Amino acid sequence: MLGEGILKGMAETARNFAGSFVSKERLTTVEYPEERIAPVENARVFPFLVYDTADWEGGLRCVACQICEKECPPKCIYIDKSKDKKPDAIGKPQFYPTRFDIDISVCMSCQICVEVCPFEAIKMDTDFELATDDRFGGLLLDRKQLAKSNEYYHQIHPTEASEVDARLAAEKVKADAKAKATADAAAAKAAAPPAPKPEAAPAPASAPAPKPEGAGD
Amino acid sequence: MIDKMDQLFVLLQHWLVAFLPASLQQAAAVLISVVAIVCLFPALFALTTVLERKGLGRIQNRIGPNRTGPYGILQPVADGIKSLTKEDIVPLSANAPVHFLAPLVLVVAVFMGFAVLPMGRNMVLVDMDAGLLFYFAMGASTEVAVFMAGWSSRNKYSLLGAMRAVAQMISYEVVLLLSSVAVVMIAGSLSLTKIVEAQNHYTYGIPHWYIFTPWGLAGFIMYAIAATAETNRSPFDLPEGESELVAGYHTEYSGFKFALFFLGEYLAMFSISGLGTTLFLGGWSAPFSFLTFIPSWFWFFSKLMLSIFVFIWMRGTLPRLRQDQLMNFAWKFVLPFSLLNLMVTALWRFMGDGWERWVVCSAILIIAYVVMGRFSMLREHFGPRRYRYAE
Repeated sequence: MLGEGILKGMAETARNFAGSFVSKERLTTVEYPEERIAPVENARVFPFLVYDTADWEGGLRCVACQICEKECPPKCIYIDKSKDKKPDAIGKPQFYPTRFDIDISVCMSCQICVEVCPFEAIKMDTDFELATDDRFGGLLLDRKQLAKSNEYYHQIHPTEASEVDARLAAEKVKADAKAKATADAAAAKAAAPPAPKPEAAPAPASAPAPKPEGAGD
Repeated sequence: MIDKMDQLFVLLQHWLVAFLPASLQQAAAVLISVVAIVCLFPALFALTTVLERKGLGRIQNRIGPNRTGPYGILQPVADGIKSLTKEDIVPLSANAPVHFLAPLVLVVAVFMGFAVLPMGRNMVLVDMDAGLLFYFAMGASTEVAVFMAGWSSRNKYSLLGAMRAVAQMISYEVVLLLSSVAVVMIAGSLSLTKIVEAQNHYTYGIPHWYIFTPWGLAGFIMYAIAATAETNRSPFDLPEGESELVAGYHTEYSGFKFALFFLGEYLAMFSISGLGTTLFLGGWSAPFSFLTFIPSWFWFFSKLMLSIFVFIWMRGTLPRLRQDQLMNFAWKFVLPFSLLNLMVTALWRFMGDGWERWVVCSAILIIAYVVMGRFSMLREHFGPRRYRYAE
C-alpha cells in the first residue's frame, strides 16, 4: 500500500525519540569535557621521544640518525645532530639531537617515523588536548616537550611497550654476546701471535650496535 | 472567570486602548495586535529552532544542544548574536537593491498571512470576509521574494535553487488551494472566523472538526503534503538541497539577511500550520466539549505546536525527494486525488445527514487511494529504482 513505508519510518523515529529518554544504551553520547572515556590502546595522535633514565636529556634513545626526518612525508621533523658524543642510557657513547622539533600543525600522524626508527626512540602519543593560542611557537614542540619516559609509554601502550622492551633486551644480550665474542677472539688472537695488527682488534668491539649511525651520515 | 481567561488578551488590548483619546483608539488597537503578532511569532521561532535541534537529536539518539544556558535553551540567543555580528556580504555582481529587498519582502509577506488567522475567540487582527483568499494571495507572494533572492544573487546555485523553489511552490500551491476549497464548499464562507465557528459544535462531546469526515481527512492529508512542500521543509527541501546547491536561493546571503530568510521560513511554517489548524482541526475550539473551559488561544497554539512537532518528526524521518519524483507526485498523484476529493465533498454536501454519505464517501476515497497507489507503484518512477548502468 502506498504510504506504508512512510508510516513504518515514522514509527521507527518515534521509537528512537522516546527510547533515547529512557534507555541509556541508546544514548551513546559522551559529554566530553565533563565525561571522558579512556583512549583505546591503539590510539595515536602525535609522536613523542622515549627516554629511559630519570634525566630526560641524557636518557633519550634518539641518536640523531635523522632517518625519521628524511622519511617524514610532510617534512615536519627538524633535527640538529650533535658534534660530540655522549654516553646514552646504557653508557655507550652516541650522537644526540641538539634540536629535535616536530611541527604538529604539519604532522599528519602517519606513524612512519615510528616505523623507520631503528632505536625505538620515537613513539606515538595519545595526548590530544594540544590547543594553543599561539599557532606558530605553540604548535612547534621541541625535544623537551616531546620527551616522555618509558613508564609513560608503558602506561599508554602497555602491550606495544612490553614488546619493545623485550626486543631491546634481546638485542642488548645479542650485542653483548657479540662484543664478548669479538673481544675474546681479539684477546685470543693477541695472545697467540705476538703482535701482527694490534689496533684492528678493538675497532669492531667499539661498534656493537645492531645498525650503526652509518645511515644518518 | 473562565470567560475572562478566554478573552484575556482581548481585554488587555481594550484596557490599554482606553488610555488614549477616542480618535486614536481604533488605530492603537490594530497597532497593539500587530506588535503582539510581530513579537510573539519570532519568539516562537526562537523556541522552535532549539526544540527542533533537540528533537532531531533525540530522533538520531543524540542529546542535541545543551551548552548554552540550562538545557541549551539560550541557544537561539547565541545564534541571534552571532548572525547580527557577522559581516553582511553582498556579491559585487549582485543586483544590490533587489538583493537587499528579497529577505524583507519574504518576511513581510509571511507576516501578512497572520493578519487573518483567528488565534482564539475574537482574536483575529482583520476579520475579512475573504480571509482565505487574502491568505493565499500573501502566501503566493513569498514566491516572488524567493525568486528575487535567487535572481539578484547572480549565482548559479542561487538561481537553480530559486527555480526549483518556484516550480515546487507553484505546483503545490494548486494542491493547497484545491484541498482548502473543499472546506469552503462545506462551510460556505471564505472567512476564517466563520470556518472555525462552523466547526465549533459538539455531538456527544466530539467536535465537528472537518478532519473527522472522510473528505476532511483526505483533504487534511493533501493539505499537509502541500504545506510541507510550500514551506520547503523536508522531504520537499530540494530548493536548499545542500548536497547539490550549497544552500539554494539564500547561498549568497550572510549575517542578518540570512537570519531573516531563516525566520521567514519558520514563520511560513507557523502560518501554514495555523491555517491548517483553522481549516481542518477546528481552529481554537477544544477537542472535547468538557474541555471548553480551557482558553481558546491555548487550544490554537497547542494545535500549532503539535503541527510543528509533526513537521520536525517528518524532517527527522524522510529523505529528500528527487526533482522528478517531486513533480510526478504533485501532478500525477496529489492533484488528481484532491480533484476527486472535491467531487466527494460535493457528494457529501448534497447527500443529506444520514449514515449513507459516510459509507459512500469513505468507499470512494479508499478505493481511489488503493487503486491509484497500486497503479502508480506499477510504474517505474514510484517504485524501487533500477540502476540500468550499474548492473
